[in-house]
Amino acid sequence: MARRSSFRGADRFIGLLTPLVLLGIWEAAARTGLIDARFFPAPSSIVHQFGALIANGELGDNLMASLRRLALGMLVGGVPALFLGLAMGISRPLRAAIDPLISATYPIPKSAILPLVLLIFGLGEMSKVVMVALGAFYPILINTVMGVANIDKIYLDVGHNFRASRWQVFRTIALPGALPSIMAGIKLAMGMGLILIAISEMVAASDGIGYMIWNAWQVLTVDTMYVGLLVIALLGFIFSVILDEVERLLIPWKGNKA
Amino acid sequence: MAVVSRLNAQPKPTAVPAPMQISLRGVRKYFGASGFVAVDGVDIDIPQGQFFVIVGPSGCGKTTLLRMLAGLEGLSEGTMTINRTDPSRPENSMVFQGDSLFPWMTVFDNAAYGLRMRGVPETDVRESVQLWLERIGLWRFRDRFPSQLSGGMRQRVSIVRAFANDPEILLMDEPFSALDEQNKMVLHEELLRIWEASKKTVVFITHSVDEAVTLGDRIMVMTANPGREKAMIDVPFPRPRNVLELRHQPAYGDLVFNIWEQLREEVQRARANAEGDK
Repeated sequence: MARRSSFRGADRFIGLLTPLVLLGIWEAAARTGLIDARFFPAPSSIVHQFGALIANGELGDNLMASLRRLALGMLVGGVPALFLGLAMGISRPLRAAIDPLISATYPIPKSAILPLVLLIFGLGEMSKVVMVALGAFYPILINTVMGVANIDKIYLDVGHNFRASRWQVFRTIALPGALPSIMAGIKLAMGMGLILIAISEMVAASDGIGYMIWNAWQVLTVDTMYVGLLVIALLGFIFSVILDEVERLLIPWKGNKA
Repeated sequence: MAVVSRLNAQPKPTAVPAPMQISLRGVRKYFGASGFVAVDGVDIDIPQGQFFVIVGPSGCGKTTLLRMLAGLEGLSEGTMTINRTDPSRPENSMVFQGDSLFPWMTVFDNAAYGLRMRGVPETDVRESVQLWLERIGLWRFRDRFPSQLSGGMRQRVSIVRAFANDPEILLMDEPFSALDEQNKMVLHEELLRIWEASKKTVVFITHSVDEAVTLGDRIMVMTANPGREKAMIDVPFPRPRNVLELRHQPAYGDLVFNIWEQLREEVQRARANAEGDK
């Protein structure tokens, strides 16, 4: 065991070392003029800009605007997807009725719907929320349906043999049985939400991280652009850490073998 | 046409003195358009409190028969009469083949499932589940999840789940088939111990002749494809039984040999049929 964990420690060290070395090379190359600092500003200057944007409140305001849209959109898209998915997973007729609609609309790139969403919901907050909601809806719906529909039949037999009512079957078997798949759907939805919030803020917003990146391109403050990218990357990382933790709490029967 | 009755009435006076808990008459089951006949005209009478074992080659329709008793399959033809002695208790609970514990519930919650589904007050649930888990030696594992238990322990929990529900009839579908010999032996002893105290009617399915003779009061040997009664054999050994001592007796060996002879023909016929289908 000790051997194994020391290997794991070594792996982690190497994993940290690689990006640090690359950053060092980048810094040196930018300073010596080996690469064009207009396109690839030195990491130190990006960090400097990062600090400045925090200090003048610009980063905080944009981040809050994006987070608010993201949270609203996840709720507006995710909650109906969850309930519809559970219902479709349980009811065969409902699945037969709605599946074709889902299969037909799912492959449309959500970014391609943006003009239509702008047309319908205008340039206000609503259009951005709707874009995130659209992105969250499909993965959560599809994973929930799959999770419920793929529950091992023997568990349903147990439920029927112990005379569980429909509601009891739902609460004690369908929902917990589908939970791992639902969590996977929520993770996919989160990633999709980040992509869509960046795109829609670039096209149709006056604040938010997406707007900040687009504006930086227009006024050619490349440092700010990199700060925006860094923030989005950090958001993705933080969300995945949080969701992993939520998963551990919600699905305690997975992965804690004695 | 199918006539299915699940009577709650008192047993009618008949020629047989012991009250029959389960009566099957001309029960047939065929599936779908293929017309595959799984069970073909089975008549069984099982008195209250009997340990009834059905033994047969795989694919002989014994599981289908049990699922009909459990209410998980309908009958195609014939009648099934269940005489209830106490309508306040559940009619039957099943111990399933293979892993049927809910992976998302702890040992305690799994064992409490039947009681909770029928709305037994939580204090009574606790009391009953604790009693049964202690009786089978798993109380200290009550907060574990099934994935943290061995196969033998998991199967003990599903036996507790059925017993704790306190049904009139226990249905057991090859509950030990996935276990190794030593585990099987221990579980046979445990099952006999807790069953002898409860005196429930049991219908037990197995493909193991040893298991049938060790556990049963009466054994039905089934033919394969379609499933019919081939022989009905009374097991003369007194109770309580000691599994190890029982297996040491010459009479035990004779009975096992006798049943094996009946069964061998069926297994060979089933194999011949399967070859013929190719």
